[in-house]
Amino acid sequence: MAELTPAAADAAPGQEWRPPSYWPFVVPALVVVLAVIVFPWAFTIWMSLNEWKVGTPTTFVGFANYLRMPNDPRFVEAVGHTLLYTGLSVLLPLILGTFAAVVFHAKFPGRGFLRGVFIMPMMATPVAIALVWTMMFHPQLGVLNYLLSLVGLPPQLWVFHPGTVIPSLVLVETWQWTPLVMLIVLGGLAAIPTEPYESAQIDGASVWQVFRYITLPLITPFLFIAGMIRMIDAVKSFDIIFAITQGGPGSASETINLYLYSVAFIYYDLGYGSAIAVIFFLLIVAMAALMLHLRQRMMWTEIGSGA
Amino acid sequence: MSLRQILGKIGLWFAVFVVVSPAILFFLWMASLSVKFEVDNAAYPPVFIPERFAWTNYADVLASNRFLTYFVNSLIVTGTATGLAMLVGVPAGYGIARMAAHKSAIVILIARITPGLSYLIPLFLLFQWLGLLGTLVPQIIIHLVVTVPIVIWIMIGYFETTPLELEEAALIDGATRWQVFRHVALPIARPGLAVAFILAVIFSWNNFVFGIVLAGRETRTLPVAVYNMISFDQLSWGPLAAAALIVTFPVLLLTVLAQRQIVAGLTAGAVKGG
Repeated sequence: MAELTPAAADAAPGQEWRPPSYWPFVVPALVVVLAVIVFPWAFTIWMSLNEWKVGTPTTFVGFANYLRMPNDPRFVEAVGHTLLYTGLSVLLPLILGTFAAVVFHAKFPGRGFLRGVFIMPMMATPVAIALVWTMMFHPQLGVLNYLLSLVGLPPQLWVFHPGTVIPSLVLVETWQWTPLVMLIVLGGLAAIPTEPYESAQIDGASVWQVFRYITLPLITPFLFIAGMIRMIDAVKSFDIIFAITQGGPGSASETINLYLYSVAFIYYDLGYGSAIAVIFFLLIVAMAALMLHLRQRMMWTEIGSGA
Repeated sequence: MSLRQILGKIGLWFAVFVVVSPAILFFLWMASLSVKFEVDNAAYPPVFIPERFAWTNYADVLASNRFLTYFVNSLIVTGTATGLAMLVGVPAGYGIARMAAHKSAIVILIARITPGLSYLIPLFLLFQWLGLLGTLVPQIIIHLVVTVPIVIWIMIGYFETTPLELEEAALIDGATRWQVFRHVALPIARPGLAVAFILAVIFSWNNFVFGIVLAGRETRTLPVAVYNMISFDQLSWGPLAAAALIVTFPVLLLTVLAQRQIVAGLTAGAVKGG
């Protein structure tokens, strides 16, 4: 390949060279994407306008499926659960992940291996993880209540009580996805120049001051990206909740995704299920847009106060 | 070394310990559960290392002939879905990067945001209509929802960073676009291929939601099989934990062995499809 380079230098200047079409490279993937992503989307939107239960004839009902949602207490409740679950599952991994990133940014022997161990929770098969957490949550035989007893705390019912089920599931979600936040923030830390730290050291700033006034502002864009990705994943969380509680006890941990599953594949109410899928998607897009908007406003106030 | 430095070292190691222990302790406890007899798993206070190891938990899981079927199912679904995704996704990533068609990435983004269940309703009906339910084909096709966006996304990133000069030179020397792709661009992007392949394999292997709807008794993949063990067949913890560990062990091994590639891919933002 080394011989090719001089030839390019000779031929390139002066010659009018039209870039070739790259369409043939994209067409196979385009076909696949149309078949498995675009077609399902179009079909879902069309189905959401129909009354369609498996085994009964289809009738066009316009927006009736959409109008059903606000009057469906189970759906409204599911929205509440989803927002609570998502809020906690964004916040906790962001805080813990930032801490972990600061730790992994330091140099110590075995860092690469330990980082590999640290990201294992997010790569492991969620159902397998959920199974073991279920055993750990067990009120009589579970190891978590034993650990609580060691520090003198009373035993909990964890996922078996409506009041504690969502925080318990968030605990699993946080354990699983803190590593992702860590990786993103670690990437941000690697990009920070060393000069501010050197001057801070000369000025005798404390560890906390250095973090608060130098590190934190500089990694904010990365925290924002991590928060965005975390939000999208937490809203859609399914495997963990389904495998541990199936939305229970009762419907105390039923999120929109779980309810969507029940409507579509237990009650086989495909029209209503499709409408929920559309609204669910729009909700995620709206939350992402809201976060972008907040970020923009934050940036403007930062610039404003900085000037 | 001053006292301050020593204290700093101790503090750092303490922080490392705090950060890593939830992951380590969890997987150690998982291993412990899987090698204990029922007596030890039901003991209070809990036993960490039992006096007698219940290797029979593993033997039982592996010996049941269904488990082998499910393992082969998982291999076929993940293998085919990843292979197809590489076949169509790598050239697509190349084409998109060279055309600088950044708007097309929006489709990938939409695929990333869409809940996996939304794909299931229409595709379930389609597969039913085509009479494909009961075979592995529906699961292979729907796993493409996970694997194709991952591969395209990662490959766009890699091809955007590979130098254009070599490719232009080869084109001027009379190579076809395909030859340029095959002999110039692809060899340079080999690390990217590894990243895309590993991540596609892991997320396809782990996928659960598509299987619970589309898999029949004979066509379950391992995650679905393990879930069904909880609800129907198996109530004792030892064999359950053993099965869970067997399912996730290949992924954990891959994570530790290929952690550099995985970290590179994940920080590129291509996490988790479906």
